[in-house]
Amino acid sequence: MAEEKVKGGTFLLESPGLKEVFIPEEFTEEQRMFAKTAEDFIWNEVVPKSDEIEAKNDELHIQLFKQAGELGLLMADIPEKYDGLGLDKISSMLVQEKISSGQGSFSVTITDHTGIGTLPIAYFGTEEQKQKYLPKLGSGELIGSYALTETNAGSDAMGIKTKAVLSEDGKYYILNGSKQFVTNAGFADICIVYAKVDGDKHAAFIVDLKSEGISLGPEEHKMGIRGSSTRAIFLDNVKVPVENLLGEVGKGHLIAFNVLNIGRYKLGVACTGACKTSLGEAVRYANQRSQFGVPISSFGMIKEKLADMMTRTYVLESASYRTAGFIDATFSELDHDDPEFGKKAMDAIGEYATECSIIKIFGSEALDFVADETVQIFGGYGYTEEYPAERFYRDSRINRIFEGTNEINRLLIPGMIMRKAMKGELPLLPAAQKLAKEIMTFMPLSMLGSGPLAQEELAVEMTRKISLMVAGLAAQKYKEALKDQQMLLARLADIIIELYAMESALLRTKKVIENKGEDAAKYHSIMTQLYVSQAFPKVGQLAQEALAAIEKGDMLKTNLSVLRKLIRWYTPVSLVELKTTLADKLIEEEKYWLV
Amino acid sequence: MKIAVFCKSVPDTETKVRLKGDRLDTSGIKYILNPYDEFAVEEAVRMKEAKKAEEIVAISMGPARAQEALRNALAIGADRAVLVTDDALDGSDTLATAKVLVKVLEKEGGDFDLLLFGQRAIDGDTWQVPSQVAALLDLPQATCTVALEVEPGSKAVATRLVEGGEEIHELTLPAVITCSKGLNEPRYPSLPNIMKAKKKPLTTYSLGDLGIDASEVGKNGSRTEVLSYELPPARGGGKKVEGEPEEVVAELVKFLKEEIKVI
Ligand SMILES: Cc1cc2nc3c(=O)[nH]c(=O)nc-3n(C[C@H](O)[C@H](O)[C@H](O)COP(=O)(O)OP(=O)(O)OC[C@H]3O[C@@H](n4cnc5c(N)ncnc54)[C@H](O)[C@@H]3O)c2cc1C
Repeated sequence: MAEEKVKGGTFLLESPGLKEVFIPEEFTEEQRMFAKTAEDFIWNEVVPKSDEIEAKNDELHIQLFKQAGELGLLMADIPEKYDGLGLDKISSMLVQEKISSGQGSFSVTITDHTGIGTLPIAYFGTEEQKQKYLPKLGSGELIGSYALTETNAGSDAMGIKTKAVLSEDGKYYILNGSKQFVTNAGFADICIVYAKVDGDKHAAFIVDLKSEGISLGPEEHKMGIRGSSTRAIFLDNVKVPVENLLGEVGKGHLIAFNVLNIGRYKLGVACTGACKTSLGEAVRYANQRSQFGVPISSFGMIKEKLADMMTRTYVLESASYRTAGFIDATFSELDHDDPEFGKKAMDAIGEYATECSIIKIFGSEALDFVADETVQIFGGYGYTEEYPAERFYRDSRINRIFEGTNEINRLLIPGMIMRKAMKGELPLLPAAQKLAKEIMTFMPLSMLGSGPLAQEELAVEMTRKISLMVAGLAAQKYKEALKDQQMLLARLADIIIELYAMESALLRTKKVIENKGEDAAKYHSIMTQLYVSQAFPKVGQLAQEALAAIEKGDMLKTNLSVLRKLIRWYTPVSLVELKTTLADKLIEEEKYWLV
Repeated sequence: MKIAVFCKSVPDTETKVRLKGDRLDTSGIKYILNPYDEFAVEEAVRMKEAKKAEEIVAISMGPARAQEALRNALAIGADRAVLVTDDALDGSDTLATAKVLVKVLEKEGGDFDLLLFGQRAIDGDTWQVPSQVAALLDLPQATCTVALEVEPGSKAVATRLVEGGEEIHELTLPAVITCSKGLNEPRYPSLPNIMKAKKKPLTTYSLGDLGIDASEVGKNGSRTEVLSYELPPARGGGKKVEGEPEEVVAELVKFLKEEIKVI
């Protein structure tokens, strides 16, 4: 367990101590048992019925959902006081990963319910609301959903038009409007609906979907997760009792966004589970399929794909659980009985908003990469419905779109960091100024250590400096107008994402070495080297483009020469050797074997 | 009734068996509760739910990690667990193991009405320990049971599958039953039950606690010894015989006679 609290965003300034980093190798016996129940349930009960689920057998879908409820798979985040388990975040994320390891549609149903469908009440509900809804949401007796998006308000969620008007007798809010793309709409009993009171005050409501005036649009015909339910909800003079107002009028958007933070983070973890499954299918197929008289897994280009897929999955897993550790350390200090709980929970989630967005982007893009290469390894068969690769590929795609598109999340990363810096919560600007002073005389090579992974460690440090340098120069140049420089911000976001990713892999590997020795970390170490060898030059390229978007002429030249100093000391590792060693082990194990 | 359920920690069913020299390479192996023992635990828990049993004790002999298998049994519904663990146990064969298990039963009061085992452990695959325990205690036994009816204080009726039909045995209690696939569908331990399992008692005994001398167990106390492990030969590629029927037959006969020498 992570022992000390690491504040959100501080990875931009310094590396946390190993003690503060949680790694999956440290799962407890109990956590592994939770994982096994979730995994066994998904693989024995859900996956064999995948075709029926995809054919929209809703009855079966709901029945499996209830079964998941009986096993306690829906109550991890609900406090014991409301008949939940009140698990730590590491346990609940591990359960999430396993739930998402087999069947995409079912995974979305559960994730939507336990995440954005339930958490608004768990974090922001009144005592009465919690008592009324949480036990039943946790047991699966009630199915939850979340309706923010409207046809004209997708990414621009603040632009929602649904209206809530207090009735004359003050007993009800009358809701009118329509919500688009509501996951679980066809299954759900209740929905967290976001609307505006008095024209511009955001508010969230717990709406009983059996209320008069509610009607549903038809099921969307989707590219993937076809077994999940996605429908519009129309609200026509729906009377919602005032006691179903969630939080305060005027603060609904904060509920919406804060809960999305957790949703994003859960989505990244879900992608970890899906990556492992896709990788397993790919390597087993590569071992079985022969061409030219040998298994295709013996070909270098197939090995390279497998090694790259494994490496990405490793990095994602490392980053996911590192973040779980941080969030857990903060959350475990909160007391559900504290009258200030909602506000503190909001702050706690907000604290790690940057990390949540990073995990969302990195996870959804890692899964797209892994699923895409899985199709490629399956060749023509990967393009047919006979094999699972095709479904993985289609199901993966939604993750880059919902819970805030990856574009929106890319904007959020630098946005949130700059805001923290402005508020003085993150001493970014002093650090950037200090860096600007020392950078002229700075000699990276003299900092290169000698142990294993010395290069990787230095690459992470240099990426930290590059992030600071680009962020500092960008802020200095554009000030308030930086928010309009999207192409620059996207590059800054990508540098920051790569920093977090590389560092997560490095920290985990170092911790495994520290705990169990270098032999036990052989493949961890290979993957860290491989990932850095790909990400560090990419950071260099992104930074170069970013600098060229900030200055021109001599200033640019000076900046570029500093940048070059920060990157050119790096000696490429022997990719072929490392990838072959890693792929050969994977080919032998036939699955993601680390934990 | 008081029921003893025996639980072994075994490598996961998906384990890739590897050797290190002529020994098993145990690095990286994940361990689980022997799947046949799950049938045994489930059966016991159902009896408790049907109010036929009052107490279920899960018992294991093995290294410290066997705790995890016991926790699993507790999460399915056993009331408490006992683990015998001692370095001197390393290398014990089935009979030495059976002797230790008998001592545990004595230590736990000796008043068990039913001893439930999985019919086999998926690692050693000897099928012997339950019968040896039955023999040492002079108890009736039914192995490979697919259906079980128990009348507390009186008898057990066990159904076994045999070639072409079923064999039904009536046993006076106390008795030893080994459980087969088909007996029941073990439940998944629910998350709340996993949490409760953490709080259930798990007692650990060393040989000394059981009054067993180290010479009676381990390699010294065993009548059989594992000398070495060998992997089965890798399956070679198939051979395809092509051509006209006469040629194919001639070649096939030649192959069967000369190469693999079966005719
Ligand atoms: C299967 C499915 C399930 C869903 N479930 C739910 C649910 O349960 N509840 C719910 O409330 N919503 C749900 N959604 C809605 C989802 O969150 C939105 O589709 C998403 O937020 C994007 O909104 P949009 O579709 O209107 O796209 P738009 O906002 O129109 O975006 C179109 C494109 O423009 C880009 N873009 C938009 N604004 C900017 C900007 N400022 N800068 C740069 N690029 C920008 C986007 O990134 C995207 O690439 C679901 C959607 C789907 C498909």
